[in-house]
Amino acid sequence: MKRGSPTRQRLAALALLGIPLLTFPVLGLPQGELAGMPATVLYLFGVWGGLIVLAASIAERRKK
Amino acid sequence: MMLSGWFIALLSTAYVGLLFAVARFGDARADAGRSIITANVYALSLAVYCTSWTFFGSVGRATSGGLSFLTIYLGPTLMLLCVGVIIKMIRIAKAQRITSIADFIASRYGKSQLLAGLVTIIAVIGIVPYIALQLKAVAASLDVLFDQPGHTIRLWGIDSTLLVAGVLALFTILFGTRHLDATERHEGMVAAVALESVVKLVAFIAVGVFVTYGMYGGFADLFQRASVHPELAGLLKLDGARAGTWAAMILLSALAIVFLPRQFQVMVVENVDESHLKRAVWLFPLYLLLINIFVLPVALGGLLHFGGQGVNPDTFVLTLPLSQGAESLALLVFIGGLSAATGMVIVETIALSTMICNDLAMPALLRSPWLQRQKQGDLSGLLIGIRRVAIVLILLLGYIYFKAAGEAYALVGIGLISFAAVAQFAPALFGGMYWKQGTRAGALAGLLAGFGVWLYTLLLPSFAKSGWIGNGFVEHGLFGVEWLRAQALFGLSGLDEISHCLWWSMLANIGAYIAVSLLTEPDALEAGQAERFVDVFRHAQQAPDTRLWRGNASQTELATLLERFLGPVRARQQLGSYARSRRVSDWRSLPADAEFVHFAETELAGAIGSASARAMVSSVTREEDLGLEEVLDILDEATQVRAHSRELEAKQQALEAATAELREANERLRELDRMKDDFISTVTHELRTPLTSIRALSEMLYDDPKVELDQRRRFLGIIVSETERLTRLINQILDMAKLESGRAEWTTGEVRVGEVVREASEALGALYREKGVRLNLDIAEGLPAVLADRDRLMQVVVNLLSNAVKFVAPLTGTVAVVVARAENMLRVSVADNGPGLTAEECGVIFEKFRQGGNTMTDKPQGTGLGLPISRQIVEYFGGKLWVESTPGNGATFIFTVPLTQAAPDA
Amino acid sequence: MSKRILIVDDEPNIVISLEFLMKKEGFEVAVAGDGEEALAQVAGFNPDLVLLDVMMPKKSGFEVCEALRADPSRAGLQIVMLTAKGRDTEVAKGLAIGADAYVTKPFSTKELLARVKELLGIA
Repeated sequence: MKRGSPTRQRLAALALLGIPLLTFPVLGLPQGELAGMPATVLYLFGVWGGLIVLAASIAERRKK
Repeated sequence: MMLSGWFIALLSTAYVGLLFAVARFGDARADAGRSIITANVYALSLAVYCTSWTFFGSVGRATSGGLSFLTIYLGPTLMLLCVGVIIKMIRIAKAQRITSIADFIASRYGKSQLLAGLVTIIAVIGIVPYIALQLKAVAASLDVLFDQPGHTIRLWGIDSTLLVAGVLALFTILFGTRHLDATERHEGMVAAVALESVVKLVAFIAVGVFVTYGMYGGFADLFQRASVHPELAGLLKLDGARAGTWAAMILLSALAIVFLPRQFQVMVVENVDESHLKRAVWLFPLYLLLINIFVLPVALGGLLHFGGQGVNPDTFVLTLPLSQGAESLALLVFIGGLSAATGMVIVETIALSTMICNDLAMPALLRSPWLQRQKQGDLSGLLIGIRRVAIVLILLLGYIYFKAAGEAYALVGIGLISFAAVAQFAPALFGGMYWKQGTRAGALAGLLAGFGVWLYTLLLPSFAKSGWIGNGFVEHGLFGVEWLRAQALFGLSGLDEISHCLWWSMLANIGAYIAVSLLTEPDALEAGQAERFVDVFRHAQQAPDTRLWRGNASQTELATLLERFLGPVRARQQLGSYARSRRVSDWRSLPADAEFVHFAETELAGAIGSASARAMVSSVTREEDLGLEEVLDILDEATQVRAHSRELEAKQQALEAATAELREANERLRELDRMKDDFISTVTHELRTPLTSIRALSEMLYDDPKVELDQRRRFLGIIVSETERLTRLINQILDMAKLESGRAEWTTGEVRVGEVVREASEALGALYREKGVRLNLDIAEGLPAVLADRDRLMQVVVNLLSNAVKFVAPLTGTVAVVVARAENMLRVSVADNGPGLTAEECGVIFEKFRQGGNTMTDKPQGTGLGLPISRQIVEYFGGKLWVESTPGNGATFIFTVPLTQAAPDA
Repeated sequence: MSKRILIVDDEPNIVISLEFLMKKEGFEVAVAGDGEEALAQVAGFNPDLVLLDVMMPKKSGFEVCEALRADPSRAGLQIVMLTAKGRDTEVAKGLAIGADAYVTKPFSTKELLARVKELLGIA
């Protein structure tokens, strides 16, 4: 059978990883402050940015 | 207020003019075949998602809901990662010349005009308020700039909002309906949208930096100040109790990024290259992240700054710079907001106008007696006209809605309400892409059910809250039935209204879609389309399955149809390139076969939508009605053929591999056979040669009794020696055969090699003395015994010694035998001072029947099997036999036998 | 004038027997032990017939035969190939390159003599 493109599969896996990280209950874990910033804000933007960096590295990878 | 109305009008016009110039440039380049749509432009154009609802509204939402505004942008981030789904959508849209989301759904379910119309109506109802929101945002920002609350700014006595709507309508017409494109692509518009995306991002970040770092001391400072106020501190925390809402918002926005008509337009219809998605998959989320970084700081800054002054948080991005006298920044922000609104309105209106034209106006028009009469004549102008009217109409509707709603709730909450409306497309669309059994009836049922629930639980209650209709059905349920309360349906409470609506509408939608699909049978056309959609990746590789159409058509009639809807110029162009693709110079020479009909219908679909195209084509062709059974048979056959061909391919590969293996094995066998043949031939030769002398001489002696006695003795001597040679040969061949086949008998025991060498040299002593050759033995003392067959070892030593004596000169010849220990081996070397061997000879003498040349006598020296046999024997004991020699310096034959560990020297 | 026969073989015992056989019949005989020597002898001894072994060191009988047939001045030379390899392909090959007769070893002395006489036109 036809195999799906590895890039597409990796990106889809990234989405599957992102869903639990960006929803409750995991989202309720960061509490308090970090360097004067609310931990929740840092966590949300951190995970979001992380997903973007990973997506970029997967999608823009040069084919050998 | 120092900002003059004229200046702002001029600036706005100049800005929109710039966008327009970019668009014209993009169109010109597209016409010239040099597209300016790169992966980056494509990714940025997706940011048409960020409307003025984002630009102004995010801050507003943050002031009441804290971080929850982020869900609207997290959903799209996750959705974009599902690239496979989006690519499949793009592939289908390209294959079917899909021009809108209504077209997509209708095309999948048998090119149903009914379904297309329903999707269009849902989209229009869902989106018009959203457009009104954009108008309101622009009007509100103008209000702030002029510091005149109440929308009372008028130019030539016209309400400024209407003016904005009018200008936007004009630009949309200019952008979007310049010509009727077969694929409904507007590269210029996409380029302009990408530019406005950059502008609104820059504007928002500018105001964000201004507030965060200009008015306050950075993020930490703002957060610290906010945390002092209990009501502000709450905004920085996530409320675990709203987990359901949070997830629902993510789901809703994930669906919206695909199903909002403008998003479908830029993401699917306007996509020029699938590979652009690779960029979009991260660049667009990055855009979203950047535009959201300063939302919370601006919200907090505004709340801290205007605490209690009643300033609308939606206008913080403008009022904060103005409060500091930063008028140019405020102007930039205004342009950014205008940009966001303009981009959204243009793309959304174009998408909707296409849907209205193709899926509402065309079906009506096609039935009208007027068009029936107008058998000839170019209708492409009419189509453009309809679209232009639709654009004006949509903006007018938006304006009317805006006027009616004003500041009412119905407008404020409309963004998410629109999202929830378009989310109703999801089951029919995703189902259609992945589930062949989904039927038109199922899609209709699902859409109607979902739309109904949306209407009842979300839109009408928003009207009620605005006071336009009684709110009895919200408070007490329809007809006072408690479990019909609009926002607590069947007693479901504890959810916010959006989640409540999403939950019930999806339940109704998906449930109806699946249930009705399973209960109904698709017709032939539907089954064919289902196949083409679901298996698009497989179909793309081959020619369209034209067997699904059978009938009679005339190419001139079809060509006329194309001319009427595409315009004569474009129609001729398309016909020409189609003819070339089928390798003929003139389309008139093509048969009006299924492929031609398919071509015409696809071209037409690009202009008027698949459903109308289907209707038009069937009006000029006499089609045989393929029954569902037949279509399913064809499709089934096609699937089977594909499966078979895959199987065949696999089998062929396996066969090829097997053939290669066989060939290799055969090659090896052939080689072995050749070797055996050579061996037999050589053996024959070796046996016949002595036999020849024996026979000839004995015949002569027999025939002639008078042969002299001397001669007679000589001949008899030759006969005897040749007979001995023959016997030796036969014995050695048998010996060799036994060794090679492994049937040789071995009596293995402890053998003292020194003794064997001594014994062998004694046995051959006579031969050496006869020839006057010296034999020197050097046998080390106390050598351990080896495990071997004594007789066989003797055979080897005798062979080497008798070889040596043959090759040395008489009298001066010397043969030296050394027996010594070398590590864990016993080493025996037999060195002679004969002529030596060339490097080549060193190799071949161990081959059967290859004797070394240059023997010192003319007599045949041996059988050519002695060394090969010796080598076999030595290797059997685990040792090695080889020769070291240089020509002229004699040869040294060396063999080794491993020492036995178990039997040390006694 | 007696006919001249050149015997070419690398097996000394075969040469001895053939030499004896041919001399007894009154032929003038010369011998050669390998292919190169054979070509030299043909030039010097000028034989009417060559008894040529196939398997020889340096130059095989086939090569010698080809070389002789390539020389137009040797057109009348009779060549009898002798071989211990009795395969049909060898026989065919020998005849194809111009041998006049092909005799497999071991041969009958009478038959060989008859063959030689026939080729030399001696009844």
